[in-house]
This record gives sequence, structure tokens and C-alpha cells, in this order.
Amino acid sequence: MRRSAIAVAAALSSASLLLAGCSKADDNGDDGGSKATADAATKSVVNASAEKGGTVTYAMSDVPDSFDPGNTYYAYMYNFSRLYARPLLTFKPAPGEKGNEIVPDLAQGKGQSSDGGKTWTYKLRQGVKYEDGTEVTSADVKYAVERSNFARDVLSLGPNYFAQFLDGGDKYKGPYKDKSGKGLASIETPDKYTITFKLKQPFTDFDYLVTAPQTAPVPKAKDTGVDYTKKIVSSGSYKFQSYEEGKSVTLVRNPEWNAKTDPLRKQYPDKIVVNLKVNQATIDKDLMAGTTTVDLAGRGVDTQTQAQLLNNKDQKANTDNTYGGRLVYAALNTTVKPFDNVECRKAVQYAIDKVAVQTAQGGPVRGDIASTVLPPDVIGYQKFDAYPTQGNKGDAAKAKEHLTACKQPNGFKTYISARSDRQQEVDAATAIIDSLKKIGINAEMKQYPSGKYFTDYAGVPAFAKKQGIGIMMMQWGADWPTGYGYLNQILNGKAISASGNTNLSSFDNAEVNKLLDEAIQNPDESARNAAYAEVDKKTMDEAVIVPLTYFKVLLYRSPNATNVVSSAAWSGQYDALNLGTTKK
Amino acid sequence: MTAPIETTGSQAEAQPEAVLAGVKSQNIEGRSLGQIAWTRFKRDKVAVAGGVVVVLLILTAALSRPLQSLLGLDPNAFHQDLIDPNTTLPKGDFGGMSWDHPLGVEPKFGRDILARILEGSWVSLVVAFGATVLSNVIGTVLGLIAGYYGGRVDAVISRLMDTFLAFPLLLFAIAISATLQGGAFGLEGLPLHILVLIFVIGFFNWPYMGRIVRGQTLALREREFVDASRGMGASGPYILFKELLPNLVAPIIVYSTLLIPTNILFEASLSFLGVGIQPPQASWGGMLNQAVDFFEVDPQYMLVPGLAIFITVLAFNLLGDGLRDALDPRSR
Repeated sequence: MRRSAIAVAAALSSASLLLAGCSKADDNGDDGGSKATADAATKSVVNASAEKGGTVTYAMSDVPDSFDPGNTYYAYMYNFSRLYARPLLTFKPAPGEKGNEIVPDLAQGKGQSSDGGKTWTYKLRQGVKYEDGTEVTSADVKYAVERSNFARDVLSLGPNYFAQFLDGGDKYKGPYKDKSGKGLASIETPDKYTITFKLKQPFTDFDYLVTAPQTAPVPKAKDTGVDYTKKIVSSGSYKFQSYEEGKSVTLVRNPEWNAKTDPLRKQYPDKIVVNLKVNQATIDKDLMAGTTTVDLAGRGVDTQTQAQLLNNKDQKANTDNTYGGRLVYAALNTTVKPFDNVECRKAVQYAIDKVAVQTAQGGPVRGDIASTVLPPDVIGYQKFDAYPTQGNKGDAAKAKEHLTACKQPNGFKTYISARSDRQQEVDAATAIIDSLKKIGINAEMKQYPSGKYFTDYAGVPAFAKKQGIGIMMMQWGADWPTGYGYLNQILNGKAISASGNTNLSSFDNAEVNKLLDEAIQNPDESARNAAYAEVDKKTMDEAVIVPLTYFKVLLYRSPNATNVVSSAAWSGQYDALNLGTTKK
Repeated sequence: MTAPIETTGSQAEAQPEAVLAGVKSQNIEGRSLGQIAWTRFKRDKVAVAGGVVVVLLILTAALSRPLQSLLGLDPNAFHQDLIDPNTTLPKGDFGGMSWDHPLGVEPKFGRDILARILEGSWVSLVVAFGATVLSNVIGTVLGLIAGYYGGRVDAVISRLMDTFLAFPLLLFAIAISATLQGGAFGLEGLPLHILVLIFVIGFFNWPYMGRIVRGQTLALREREFVDASRGMGASGPYILFKELLPNLVAPIIVYSTLLIPTNILFEASLSFLGVGIQPPQASWGGMLNQAVDFFEVDPQYMLVPGLAIFITVLAFNLLGDGLRDALDPRSR
């Protein structure tokens, strides 16, 4: 009965939905009167409905770094925060890779670049109001960018790309220290609705940068620094009703929000509740029982639930198995002998049985076998395999040949690092150890806590070298879904840093550096993407990264949830903007 | 009253003088404390059973590697053909039990569970025994000194015990394991990990033993035999180790048997934090932690290491209880 009601609602609303291109596919599904199938939300909008009311309940096993849009670095907060904070641009709430499309949010349109990509201007929509009725102006956007990027002593959790790219960004000390009230000179606000960013160098991905919640307006008078997370002033369709630190958050409709100034948000549910610190197994059970609508973190169900869901045909239909925009790989450390020799690195490329690694990680549901650095859902991906082996099961004979070429015919001893609190990673490393043993490489595992993996251990090149860690387990997702956003931090020699390093191989190749530096200044998109594919191939020729799997998540899609899309822009998570519920 | 002479038969026990008077020909022997304890222990069937199991466990652990090769088992060999790739669970019922793999195989890797239980037995027992010996030696020596000398010495050692008890043990364990992982004392790999575990667990658990020994020593040092020894000019160390220590053997043995199971469980929790034995080396704690992720869908996997730990802990506890009863008649 409930199903037919949804079908009617879907038919009524499909015309009014802005989620273009999705309703058609959905109609096909409804023709047969069949239920949504597995992976449906990656292809179309599931349970499209314009019905208002109800409470959408989110749950999370941990707590987010912060609800403050200017102080977070998690994709799920980038996604969720848009309910109460409107960035200049955002990603279209659309299924799968269609979700990678940038659409204007607070701004009227995409950025106007001049000066060869060094100057970017955005026009704000007029009449957008905060929850207290005051109007949003470009000065608030400027202030939001300044507080989130330059006041690292107060708000340190988000990335600081603006500080890296804006002209004079390295000298400005942030709005809390700057008492002049003028702010950073390279962000100009000629009038209430115009904002201009002036960069040091041309940067063609700038539109992607302003999709970050860091560009969502914050009224300077209401900013309380690190405590702003407790009293956030909403510019979106929902506002905070209650905020209980580490426990729960309740959002209700923002009465000052106006549909005329916002083509994206629909304000369907009455209330949005986020429950924090709920056990993952409990979240999975609540999702299936219908008492929770969405898992906020979007990392997928746990191992046991996975087995239960996949063994049950009806339940399997309620799952979405999507790419998470990430690659699971083993970085080979070029500073540790004998991995300074490309032949030894190639030996490892051939030796690893990727199927064993994949099964150890949880099977094809948790990731497809990878052969490139760029995952398939990132713009610029091109399929190739530089080290093909029979059935991806590794080739000990070829590996031995390269070992001999490396003058280590009998193998050698090395260490492999993994994050102790990530069982999948430890399991993958265990499988790699087994593969390497077959060609005489004796790798011993070292585990470090994930919270300090980059700040104290694997991400400190001096430490890794001293400890002789030749292989480092790693998982990488892009801050924005383009080749540059993905590749630069892990392959550019200039990205190597003394601590917090993500270029774990300490890979510094002049050709790759040049390709990356030039690509981001190139206004021609297809040329840029060709360059990213080139970087990918060069990296694989140098064999510094062993791609293991393209990370996938298995999400449980609550049958009660409406307007569900799993978007590539949010690592496969369900887009938060218009999620509704049939439970009243 | 239980006198140090004891014969079997309740009648005889009730009237020793009559027995002595009546049967002159019967050869009456004086028996040592050890013999008496052994007699008592033998009567406690549950404790004997515990003891037998403990002996079997130790034998299994000692012969673990030969047993594996005898049975043709390899604890680290993958059998992923026996795993369903989608669910990563073993194919077939009861966790993939078969003649080749009598206790089934692990999810994900398909490694043989029997082989890993055997391999893990010696790791777990070596760590537990080593840590127990270490904490006993430190605890006994410091407890004796504190209890016998009293005064300032006692104050200093007692405060030291308090400090150790208040120490955030897990944090320290993580820190020390992380720094020592690269190799220390000329060791690396498995021997180093075992040594680090023994050190971390043993070095921080001595105050429990220390307090027990100190308390007992406080009571014993006022006894006549100690006074007599002192009066005859015996040195401090002589009194400590020749006079007091033999009287403390009973509580020490009893407490040790109770500490071993605690240490087995401690090894398990350190493995959980990734600072214990490193994979792919099998240990019971590590197996149990892996099994937690699967207990609803593959309970068999958790059952095996769980039972192994359960049986070991129970056997040691029963043995410890029996020993206490046998060695310390007052506790009856």
C-alpha cells in the first residue's frame, strides 16, 4: 500500500522536480510496479516524492569534527552542512557521476574568470536571508573564507586551499587577529552582491574550490570562533533547534528561507535529527527497522550486516554498492632501499595477488580491482594496466625477473605500515605479506593509530626512512573530483612535507611535477584531463604506487527514505539536500 | 586441628594416641608440608582435572610446531577458494568445517583455524607465563623488603606500588610498542614482540603481587622463628629468602595460577589495539578480535579461540583454587 502511494507521489512530483534527467529512469522502474533494485540510487532518484512532513533521522557511530561549515574536512559534513549553510556553488543532487556537476547555490552562476584564470568573480543571489531575517551579503562570504582559512589557531580542522592560492594569502593572519576590519585585500566585495577572488597564479579548478562549505556566509557579528558550531546562524532551508555536544542535533525548518532564491532545496521534512555516537551495528539494525533514515558518515554497513544483506534477496534490493571516489593502494617508499630501484618496485607490482587483497578487504562489494591511480569516478580517469597478470592474481615468475634485475634475486626484508584501527587495511596488508613471501620478500607489519598516521608516522618521511618502512598502506580520496584535486597531493614532489605528508612514496619526478603544475593553469579542459591521464601513466611506469582496489561502499537505502540519490561528488553518500521520509 | 602428621582413615585421625599405642609395628612417618599438600590436592578431583588440562595445554604449546607439521597444517596458508567472495564467509556449514579443516577456516583469508589455534597456543602461553614470572619476581622481592624492613623503606616501596597502579597502562603499552617496533635489544620480529608484551604486562602488574607478599611478610616477621633467626645473628637477606620466602610459597603459587589467565586476556586486548603480536602471526587474542566482526554470521570462528581461552582460564583457575586449598588449610 505504501509503495503505491509513493508511485503516485512520484508521478505528481516528477514535473516539478528540478532533479532533471532522473525522473525518466525512475518511471521505467515504476512501470512494472517493481521495488527499487540494488544500486538504484546510483542510477536514478529512488522514491521521488514532493510530500512534506515527517522527521528524517541521521545516525553516526562517531562525532563529526565540527558542524561549523568553516571548520570541517569530512565529505559527509560538506554534504550535510548545506542544509543550514549555502556555499557559493555546490554539486547537483543527482545520481552517480551526474552528481559531479557543479551548480550555483548562493551564487547566481559559475565563476567569471578573467586574467587567464587568476581572477574569479561571483554574483550572489539577491534576497537570501539568514534565520534572523537579515540579508546575506558578499562581505559575509568574504568573512567566512577568511575565518576558515587564515585563523588556523582558532579553526584548524578544514583545508586551507584559499590561503595557498589567494594572492597575499601567506601573510594574512585571519580576522580574529586582524583588527583593521578590512580583511584580506585579494578578496574584493565591490558591492553587496559581488565577490572577487584574486589568485597568485591561474587556477582552473577554482569553481570546485568554492563548493566547499567554507564559502557559506557567516555573519561577523554572530561569529564566536570555535564555539560557532554551537550557535550556527543558518542561511539554508533548516536551522538549529538544539545542539547537544557529542550527543544529538535537531534541525527544524528555517522560516526565513525562500524557495524563490533557492532552486536546489525543497524543505520536505519538518525536522532533521542527528544522533551521534551510536554503535555501527545498532545503526545498521535501526536502518533496517526504519527508525533511522540515513547513516550520516556514509561509510557503509559493517561486515556482518554486509553478509546478512547479500544473503537475502529482498534486502539486497535495498542496497547501493557505489564507488567511494577513493583508491586503496600500497605506496612504495622511494627513500628506503631497495625501493629506490624501480626494478624492485616493479617486482612488487607483479608479485601482489590483488584478488587475495580484494577478498581480504571484504570482496568485490568493498572494492573493484584497481590498476590506475585515478579511480573511475574521478574526472580524467583512463583505463589501463601497466602490470597485467593472469586474473589479477599476481605473477611470481615475472616478479622474480624484476627482482633479479634489481640485484635482489633472493628477495629482501622490509616493513609494511597500516592503520591499527582500520581492520580492512590490516587485512589487506596481511594478504600483501603473503604474496610477497612467495618471491622471497619478507615484509613485517607495523601498525599505527589512524589519528596520527600522517602527523607522526607514515606521513613523516624522516620517520618512515629511519624505521625502514618500504611499503605503506594508504587510501586516498579527492577534495574535489578532478584529476588535479586528486593527484596533486599524492604525486607532486612539491607536496612532500616534513609532517602530515600524503605523498607517501616521496615521489619527486620532474616530468610529473611539470605536468601537474601546467595542467592546472591550462584553460582547455580536455587538455587538462589528458595531462592527468599522462601523470597516471608516468606514475605507474615509475611503479611508486601499487593500486589495489577502487574503494566501494555498501550503503543500506532505507525504504522509508524519499528522493534518494547516491552521488559521486560525496563519495557515494546519499545527497542530504532533499532527503525526505514517508514516516510521519 | 590439623597437625603435620596425618594418616588416612577417619578413625585413626580422630584418636592419634590410641593408634600409636595400638599398632606399634606400623611404620609411622613424619611427612613434609609438601607431601601433605599433595595428599590434599589429590583428593580434590576438580583441581586434579584442572591440573591435567594445564599439563596438556603446556604440552600442546611446547609441541605446537611439530604437531602442525605432523598434521600437515600451515597457519598462514591462504585458502581463499573456500571463501565466498561476496560475503567473505567460508563456504559450507559450521564455518567451512571439513576433513581437511576440522575446525573450519577463517573468513576473508581462509586460513585453517586448527593450525592457528595450535600456533597461537604457544604464543599466548609464553607471553602469559613470562609476564607472570616477571611480575612475581619483582613483586615478591620488593614486597618482602617492604614488609620486613618497614618504616621508610616500606613507605617508599608502597608509594612506588601506588604509582604503578595508577599508571595508565594501556597508553604506556601503545607508546612503548610503537617505539620498540623497529627492533631493540638486538631482536626484531616475533621474538621482539613477545618480549615487549612480556615486559609491558609483567612490569606493570607486579604491585598486586607486591602487596600480597608485603602483607604476609608483615604478619610473619613478628613470629618467633624470625626473632630466633635474628637473635642468632642472621643477615637480612638470609632471613628474607631462607626464612620468610619458604613460608610465602603457597600464596605466591596460588596467585600465579590466577594471574596467568588474566595475562592471557591482557595479551588479547593488546592485540586488539594493534600493539601486540603482529599479523599474520597467530595468537588467540588476535583471532578473537578478528572474530568479533563476524560473530553473528560466522559464530564458529569466534567459538574456537573463545573456547580455547575459556578452557585455559578455567583450568588455571581450578588448579589455583585447588592449590590454595591444599597449601593453606585455614582457607577451608
